[in-house]
Amino acid sequence: MYRDARYIITGLVIFVGLMTFPFWSNAGRAAPAPAPNLDTPAIRQLPAKQCIEATQYMRAYHMQLLNDWRTQVVRDGKEIYVASDGKQYTMSLENTCFQCHSNKAEFCDQCHTYAGVEPDCWSCHIEPKENK
Amino acid sequence: METSRRNFLKLGGAWALGLAILPAVKGFAANNPEHLVNPKAMAGKRWGLVIDMQKCWPRYQAGCRRCFDTCRREHNIPDIGNKKEEIKWIWTEPYGDAFPDQQHELMAEDIKNNPFIVLCNHCDKPPCVRVCPTRATFKRQDGIVMIDYHRCIGCRYCMAACPYGARSFNFRDPRPYIKELNPAYPTREKGVVEKCTLCVERIDTGLPPACVEVCPAKAITFGDLEDPSSEARQLLKNRYTIQRKPELGTHPSIYYIV
Repeated sequence: MYRDARYIITGLVIFVGLMTFPFWSNAGRAAPAPAPNLDTPAIRQLPAKQCIEATQYMRAYHMQLLNDWRTQVVRDGKEIYVASDGKQYTMSLENTCFQCHSNKAEFCDQCHTYAGVEPDCWSCHIEPKENK
Repeated sequence: METSRRNFLKLGGAWALGLAILPAVKGFAANNPEHLVNPKAMAGKRWGLVIDMQKCWPRYQAGCRRCFDTCRREHNIPDIGNKKEEIKWIWTEPYGDAFPDQQHELMAEDIKNNPFIVLCNHCDKPPCVRVCPTRATFKRQDGIVMIDYHRCIGCRYCMAACPYGARSFNFRDPRPYIKELNPAYPTREKGVVEKCTLCVERIDTGLPPACVEVCPAKAITFGDLEDPSSEARQLLKNRYTIQRKPELGTHPSIYYIV
C-alpha cells in the first residue's frame, strides 16, 4: 500500500516548483517604477507645471478621462472640457494632450510597458513627431 | 442584542434602500467635470450642400481638383492606387451612374458626359444607420451622418445598405499610403469603414466644410436645410435642383444644380 508515494510526492514537488517559477525566479529583482520625463519644450514654457487635472487624478484616471472625451467629441459634438479649476480645454488627443506631452516614448510607453497595457490609440491617433 | 427575525428583516430593508440610492448619492457627491459645445460651433438642424455643377465644370474640366485635394490632405485619406481598395470621401461619377433613374437617351451631351461631384449624402433617413449593429454609424442632431471608428467592427453592413456607394473599407493599414500626414487629424486603421463626415471637426469649431471653403468657383454652398433663410435654401428656392436616387426615400441632403 502507498508504494507510489515517492513518485506522487516527487511529482507534486516538481509541479509546485514549475507553477511558482515566475515568483521565485523574479524575487528580489523588482522592475524599477517608471519616472516619466516631463521635459518637453511646451512644458518647459509653462509657468506652473500642472496638467489639466491634478497629477494624482491624471495618473489614476486618464484613461477614463480620455474615454469620456471620446464620447463627448465623437458622439455628442462637444469640444470643450471644463476642468475642475474652471479652465477650458479643447478635447483632443492630437491638439491638446500631445502639444505638451510630445515625448510619447518617455511619457506614455514607459508606464504602459511597466503596467503591461497596450492601448491601441496609436493605430489611428498620430503620435508626436519627435519619436520617429 | 438578540437577533430576531424582525430585526434581521429591518436591517436588510435598510441595506437594500441604501444600495438603491447609492448611485444617486455618488452622482451628487462626485466632482462631475463639464463638457461644453464650442461657442463658435455652427448650429443647424439639418446640414446640407447645394452643388452648382454649371459653376464647377468649366474649372473642373480645366483641372481644378481643389476640393478633392484639400479633403484628402485634411483628413489623411490614403491613396492606395488600386481601384478595389480605393478610399474615397469625395469623388466624381458620370451622370448615368450618379442619377441612373433620371436619364434618357436624348440627354444633353454636356450633362451626360460631364463628371458629377459626389460624396456622402448625409441622408435624412440614412439606411446605413439603420443597419449598423454596433451603432458606430449614427445621425447627429444636426443631420450629419457620422462614423465612430472606435466602435466600427468592420462588418460592412453599412456599405451594403448605402445606395450611393459612399463608403470605403480599409483593407489594409492606410498610414503608408498617406502622402503628407496631417498631424492634427487621426488616420483610420485596418478593418474600419470610412466616408465623408461633412467636416464635423470644422463645423464644431465654426468653419464650413473644407471643400466648400476652398472651391475657387464657389460651386458648393453649405447651409441648414431646415432654415428657410439659409443660403442653401435660397438656392433651392430659386434654381432647379435634383437629388441622387430620390425614389429610394433616403432623402439626401446634397442637391445638384445642373
